[in-house]
Amino acid sequence: MSEPEKDHGTVVGEDPNRRDFIYIAAGAAAVGAVGVIAAPLVSQMNPAADTLAMASAEFDLGKVQEGMQVVIKWRGKPLFVRYRTPKEIKEAEDVKLSDLKDPQTDADRVKKGKEQYLILVGSCTHLGCVPTFGAGDFGGWFCPCHGSHYDTSGRIRKGPAPLNLAVPEYTYLSDTKVKIG
Amino acid sequence: MSDHPSTYEPKTGVEKWLDQRLPIVRLAYDSFVDYPTPRNLNYWWTFGGILSVCLMIQIITGIILVMHYVPHVDMAFNSVERIMRDVNYGWLIRYVHANGASMFFFAVFVHMFRGLYYGSYKAPREVLWILGCIIFFLMIATAFMGYVLPWGQMSFHGAVVITNLIGAIPVIGGPILTWLQGGFAVDQPTLNRFFSLHYLLPFVIAGVVILHIWALHVTGQNNPAGVEIKSKEDTVPFTPYATVKDGLGIILFLMLFSLFVFFMPNALGHADNYIPANPLVTPAHIVPEWYMLPFYAILRAVPDKFLGVVAMFGAIAVIFVLPWLDTSKVRSMRYRPVMRWFFVIFVVVCLGLGWCGGQLPDDMVFSIGTNSDGNPIGLNYVWLTRGLTFYYFAFFLIIMPWIGLKEDPLPVPASISEAILADHAKKKG
Amino acid sequence: MSAFMTKTLKTFGLMAAAATLVVSAPALASGGAAHPHAPKEGFSFEGPFGTFDQGQLQRGYKVFREVCSNCHAATLLSFRNLGQKGGPFYDEKYKNPNDNPYVKQIASEFEVPDIDTDTGDAITRPATTSDHFPKKFANEYAARASNGGALPPDLSVITKARHGGARYVYSLLTGYHTPPKGLHVAEGQHYNPYMAGALATQWSGDPHHVPVGGVLAMAPPLKDDLVTFDDGTKATTHQMAADVATFLEWAGDPHATLRKKTGVAVLIYLLLFAGLTYAAYRKVWGNKH
Repeated sequence: MSEPEKDHGTVVGEDPNRRDFIYIAAGAAAVGAVGVIAAPLVSQMNPAADTLAMASAEFDLGKVQEGMQVVIKWRGKPLFVRYRTPKEIKEAEDVKLSDLKDPQTDADRVKKGKEQYLILVGSCTHLGCVPTFGAGDFGGWFCPCHGSHYDTSGRIRKGPAPLNLAVPEYTYLSDTKVKIG
Repeated sequence: MSDHPSTYEPKTGVEKWLDQRLPIVRLAYDSFVDYPTPRNLNYWWTFGGILSVCLMIQIITGIILVMHYVPHVDMAFNSVERIMRDVNYGWLIRYVHANGASMFFFAVFVHMFRGLYYGSYKAPREVLWILGCIIFFLMIATAFMGYVLPWGQMSFHGAVVITNLIGAIPVIGGPILTWLQGGFAVDQPTLNRFFSLHYLLPFVIAGVVILHIWALHVTGQNNPAGVEIKSKEDTVPFTPYATVKDGLGIILFLMLFSLFVFFMPNALGHADNYIPANPLVTPAHIVPEWYMLPFYAILRAVPDKFLGVVAMFGAIAVIFVLPWLDTSKVRSMRYRPVMRWFFVIFVVVCLGLGWCGGQLPDDMVFSIGTNSDGNPIGLNYVWLTRGLTFYYFAFFLIIMPWIGLKEDPLPVPASISEAILADHAKKKG
Repeated sequence: MSAFMTKTLKTFGLMAAAATLVVSAPALASGGAAHPHAPKEGFSFEGPFGTFDQGQLQRGYKVFREVCSNCHAATLLSFRNLGQKGGPFYDEKYKNPNDNPYVKQIASEFEVPDIDTDTGDAITRPATTSDHFPKKFANEYAARASNGGALPPDLSVITKARHGGARYVYSLLTGYHTPPKGLHVAEGQHYNPYMAGALATQWSGDPHHVPVGGVLAMAPPLKDDLVTFDDGTKATTHQMAADVATFLEWAGDPHATLRKKTGVAVLIYLLLFAGLTYAAYRKVWGNKH
């Protein structure tokens, strides 16, 4: 297009700038059309409306015994609800932030006054496996896939996972009932 | 052998009529009957034909399986079992398809190692080699998505782990992951789209295979001597010479295939995949299919999540640029006394990586005692894997360019017929 | 000739080596539990020519029906399967298993859920041969609630879903013994060396000699003379375990015998085909070597 001397279709006397503009505009229109067609074809792969409409879950904490955890399914993923023993809470609180790969205090991961209940998304931040309760070097969880160790606050301590186990959004509806999501 | 003139002569009126309109019989005749093939091709060269058979078997059995399979999270597992129990000969078709994937990969690995040993990637066959690499990559993607379809425990958690690799990409990884999974976890949308793509990709592979064969017929086949065809004495016509040799290779390969299908159909799979998928529990030992193990080992060798993913994809990417990493003037490793040994080590390293991929990283390969905490001291799998991974990349990035410059190759025969004469003399003497 | 043979042998030696490697990889990954073994007399179905003994399948079904099925379901199995060729109650007279009176009788002993077409109410009715074995519990939660939190796995494909297959089932059923001293086993749990598990946290002895195996909620289900076999076979624990393991092996892969028979025919055919092709190869290449 930018080499008019090779352009055999030139009509004598026509303004070359005007002609180039038409070609460029037509080309741009074609590119635009392809883009507009591609947009829905690509975006259909994103979560559909019903997938997005994920209900929040209510959970009765009375079901969890001290020192144990209950696993519930939430948004297609496991959710850990753990009732920590005072020893486990103390272990989690005594860790120096400088020892952590993803520094976060235990207080930031639980609700004030409810330190015994730890609610986490049970999906390893490495590649999404479900960590095993009570195993590993730090008494929290151990991921069987690639050997990530989490402490009793669900923070990553050893292994390939980059981040702490995620804490979902949740609120206390009553003393023993939480609404997650 | 692009300059090979067509010798096809249509005999009947119908053949002449067709030849003037669509010379398809001429194309087939020139490509698979009269095509000049190097005389000295050994049995390693039969794996090209074997691979075509594998692709056909997978496509045919796959189309049949789709007639009975249900891509739904609640029904996929049971529909596969129904195929095995109730559909007429369903057990045969499903076992052929499942073991066929393993056979396909076994053959493709042999085919690739053969290309590596005899320098089949070197000029002018770079595009041929790259097309082969694209086929290999598509095969991995297809096999992975196919493995998800029975929706067992390994299917599900394999899909979780592999899709999460994308999530390791900084910033854009998360949205791409959601886009790929069609939700916030591996679920029904993921299964459905994997099914769609698993059906599509084999036909894409078939298309690239046609390009691969086209490129092969433009440059001509490489051969164990690694010298180009010089005269008619160097070649034999494809039919009957190569067809009968390939045919024998294919039959022997099918015997190995049958051993697995009929006598140990589940030996290459994982018991956990006969447990229906449960998103809340990950199997204690999550391992991919054996043919992915070397790459899986490389992923785990790197402590950083993102860099691990980069290393794994890098291990495949480096094969693509191989033609430009080899500095040697000699093509075949037959005449490369030093490089040949590095090649042997490379094969062992690849097998070793596969072995490590199936082990727990913290388990010990061997221990020489215990430390003060009572933990064993010695070599664990993660460090063995790191050593092997280092060699894997060093082979391509350091050894290949360096040895090519330093090595004194043996005298290369002037032509294929001379190479054959030399072989005969050696055997007699 | 000799050059070809050497090359071929080399090729297939490599193939065999690769095959061995891949076969042993998953087996090694199982770890943590004792290696399961077959009964002393062996399993009749093992090996390339192995077949099922119909009498043993019938005994195995009886153990499954009277013992296992109190907690475990096998929902992939239909009643008609019991009467199909190779099945425990196959009868020459009834090629169509749905006509087999014995199978009909077995099916009618089970109740399956249905809908009353007159009222639309949910009802149960006696099963027919085409029905699947009914679920034992309405859902996973009900199953866990009735079994102390543990979920009894479906047994339809259990021999394919566990390393060691039928050997695992046999070894687990006969392998219960008193836990080693120093192993803490919680109430409602039972130690078994063949169960996959990690016992380090429950072990107070030498940390380098953690016992193999794991704990499970299933109490030892078999004891001598628990069932009475119709064919007069003495119902020892070992006999019952071997019989039910055989039944479950058949249930998991009901076409195994046909598969192996087909395989033998296919291999013989391919062998002849290979011989012919090799002869053709010799003839074609004769003047080029």
